[in-house]
Amino acid sequence: MSETARGRILERLRSASVGAQRAERGAQVKQPKRSRDERVVRLRTMMEAVRTEFLEADRESWPSTVLAFLVSIGAKRVLHGANLFSVAPPDSAAVELVPYDKPIEEWKTDMFSNIDAAITTTRGGIAETGTLILWPSPDEPRLMSLVPPVHVALLDTNKIHDTFADVMRDENWAAGMPPNALLISGPSKTADIEQTLAYGVHGPKRLIVVLVS
Amino acid sequence: MDGLIGKRAVQFPDQEEWAALRARGAEARARALANLPDLLIRLEARCRANGMEVHWAETTEEANEEVLAILNRRGAKHVVKGKSMVSEEMHLNDFLESHGIESLESDLGEYIIQLDHETPSHIIMPAIHKNRKQIARLFGEKIRAAKYTEDVDELTGIARRVLRRKFEEADAGVSGVNFAVAETGTLFLIENEGNGRMSTHVPPVHIALMGIEKVLERLEDVPPLLTLLTRSATGQPISTYLNMITAPRSRDEKDGPREVHLVILDNARSRIYADPELRTTLRCIRCGACMNHCPVYTRVGGHAYDAVYPGPIGKILTPQVEGLAHRHDLTHASSLCGACVEVCPVQIPISSLLIRLRKEASSGGVVKGAGEGRTRAEAFTWAVWKRIHASPPAYRVVSWLATRLGRFVPAVGPLKAWTTVRTKPRFAHKTLHELTREEGVPDV
Amino acid sequence: MARPDSVYFFGTCLVDLFYPQAGLAAIRLIQREGVRVIFPQGQTCCGQPAFNSGYQDDARAVARKQIALFPGDLPIVVPSGSCAAMMRHHYPALFEGEADHAAAAAFASRICELTQFLTTLGIELRDRGEPVKVAWHASCHAMREMGVGDEPKSLVRQLSNVELLELSRERECCGFGGTFSVRYPEISAAMVSDKAADVVATGAQELLSADCGCLMNIAGALGAKGVPLRARHVAEFLWERTRER
Repeated sequence: MSETARGRILERLRSASVGAQRAERGAQVKQPKRSRDERVVRLRTMMEAVRTEFLEADRESWPSTVLAFLVSIGAKRVLHGANLFSVAPPDSAAVELVPYDKPIEEWKTDMFSNIDAAITTTRGGIAETGTLILWPSPDEPRLMSLVPPVHVALLDTNKIHDTFADVMRDENWAAGMPPNALLISGPSKTADIEQTLAYGVHGPKRLIVVLVS
Repeated sequence: MDGLIGKRAVQFPDQEEWAALRARGAEARARALANLPDLLIRLEARCRANGMEVHWAETTEEANEEVLAILNRRGAKHVVKGKSMVSEEMHLNDFLESHGIESLESDLGEYIIQLDHETPSHIIMPAIHKNRKQIARLFGEKIRAAKYTEDVDELTGIARRVLRRKFEEADAGVSGVNFAVAETGTLFLIENEGNGRMSTHVPPVHIALMGIEKVLERLEDVPPLLTLLTRSATGQPISTYLNMITAPRSRDEKDGPREVHLVILDNARSRIYADPELRTTLRCIRCGACMNHCPVYTRVGGHAYDAVYPGPIGKILTPQVEGLAHRHDLTHASSLCGACVEVCPVQIPISSLLIRLRKEASSGGVVKGAGEGRTRAEAFTWAVWKRIHASPPAYRVVSWLATRLGRFVPAVGPLKAWTTVRTKPRFAHKTLHELTREEGVPDV
Repeated sequence: MARPDSVYFFGTCLVDLFYPQAGLAAIRLIQREGVRVIFPQGQTCCGQPAFNSGYQDDARAVARKQIALFPGDLPIVVPSGSCAAMMRHHYPALFEGEADHAAAAAFASRICELTQFLTTLGIELRDRGEPVKVAWHASCHAMREMGVGDEPKSLVRQLSNVELLELSRERECCGFGGTFSVRYPEISAAMVSDKAADVVATGAQELLSADCGCLMNIAGALGAKGVPLRARHVAEFLWERTRER
């Protein structure tokens, strides 16, 4: 059925291709040119406008900053990627660190029910729209930024690009996309009831960006 | 809709930027359509190389059968759905239910209307016709252990609790597609809630449904269209999530679906494609701005159109899909004010297409059911109108009579409809022709 | 556009039958600027009613007669944004593939909307009237097809005794839409009722517009509500307030 359908659809499209209408290519939309610091400010402003929270840290101190935050919100079990910590994180009696080290099928219910937060890295950010770029990987799988109610994302302030178009071009995404790539611009939200904004409908209720510089 | 109109306006403060951006958006969509058959073949090849399976369907019946076959192969009984207007075209939920498969909408708005056995009244905000009291009652009645609340956060929390369990237990997820990029074989899904990601990443099987027109040539075509879509739709600079799916779970990945299926549906689109003017209908990126700005839609609501796609885009799409014989009335449900044309981010000339379809209905043409909207009475009326207005002497007699006797015409027929809320138009005592002659205004 | 010595005037059928004083006022305003106005007596209608209803052949037959009445290259001034848009933007498409397409396109390019034309003439208006508050209805086709922006309001603002009040939804359609108003009377009624309420809420004593379809629609709704508010074509208003007595 599918093959016949394919043939018929393509045949109809091909027989119609003459007289194809083309639109004028629009002028390049003027690009903002922001300095590194301006990009950080822009990203933060845009994301805070949609209830994203921010922490600041440096390359050495972030684990203790993040753990202190997790303790403060009462997170008990915290998911992280297998290679997140280059050195052992500080011991905390209050927080159990759970590495994502087995296929989801082996612990789906546990993940849905018993994980309070997840910590992930990011590939970078986009200043224009206030956006995190994540390319989930075997180390940091797709569901980490989705299922736990709190998502803590580490963002290297040197990796904030101006626009989505910039990062696609500069990193040559067209050469090869990962199985899944994500832009995340805040905690999950909806306005489906009376156009009233509500956060945390299906994905994380809280998104915390840790600016690492 | 005033709120949405305002929010959109705030997002496009600079008219020059708006003009340049929509020109880019229109160009990307027009270029994709100009190369549609080639791009579909390239998309299919890339998706297959990436490990997806690709299926084609000419009709919604075929698409339903394809989906059912995929689900049956896996013995899937519970399906969660992200928002998909193509699935609404297919009436997929009803179809699956009739085959003993639960198909649950997970977008909050879609979930609400599915609970009440309704269809969406807006393509972006499906439950916009319901207020919180109605939703509170609905949840109280239909959801076990849900306490009655009119608090939006609490209502959202109830839906979250119910649907999380469903995501966890689902055998398959179904989604729509916002853009499919041929260059890389990547499916783009735009959403705020995260239910789309839940539906496409948690269950072992993901089935993505797209119309043949959704393809884009290059990755670089996405950023301008993404920003046009989210700003036009809800006045957001960007959606919370952009989910880019290029492949099923790879060997080393620990989650993600093991199978990704792309179902490419025609459903009359290739017929629309045949005509270069009507083809512009297929540029649509489903932002809903035309609805939000339509003075008719905002007064009658989405259900009044009795169609999958309401509002201005529905008025041009539905008659082309379902045929003019039954649906040409939709093309007349417009004052041709052009508010939709003004805000369309991909420059679809909706007003011109409405006129074109009216012409097809009355005078024949290429659209299904062309000529079947013609009535003798109407054709006769316009023939008489032409006789009068194409003949200066005839017009002179008729306009003289109208200005002398017109006020005695009783309010019947169209005039009756007119006078329900208006006074009768008053003819002048003399025509402008007469006044100019009296004033000595030269006629050559 | 260079200032012409002469122009044609296309009155439109609605002005002819219902608002001839508006047409005459427009002609006088142009004449007062030293421009000769020619009014071909054979003119009838631009053809829009049939065109918008899908009866293109009938519309074209009528359009063809109009085109023949306006030879040469003088501008053709139209006191209606909607009719002007029909002739300027839709005639070329209407005559696509016809032997006289070039003539139709040339005719179309000469069409000027009245308030835009008066603005290019650099008209200066001296108010001789009593203080009055007016509201402006911007018609859809004037705005969106003819690109009429601030021109008519600027003309009104030249009048020192006139206070111009803004509608809260200036850009929204009044619900006329030609046959739409009788094919979908309930929807059209809802739209015009909202528009009338908007007009009343401004506190204006008069409503001005440059489109007689809208004017007839809104005036009819105001009249049915018994609102003592006058609705006039802007040309008539400008002429009445500035003419020497």
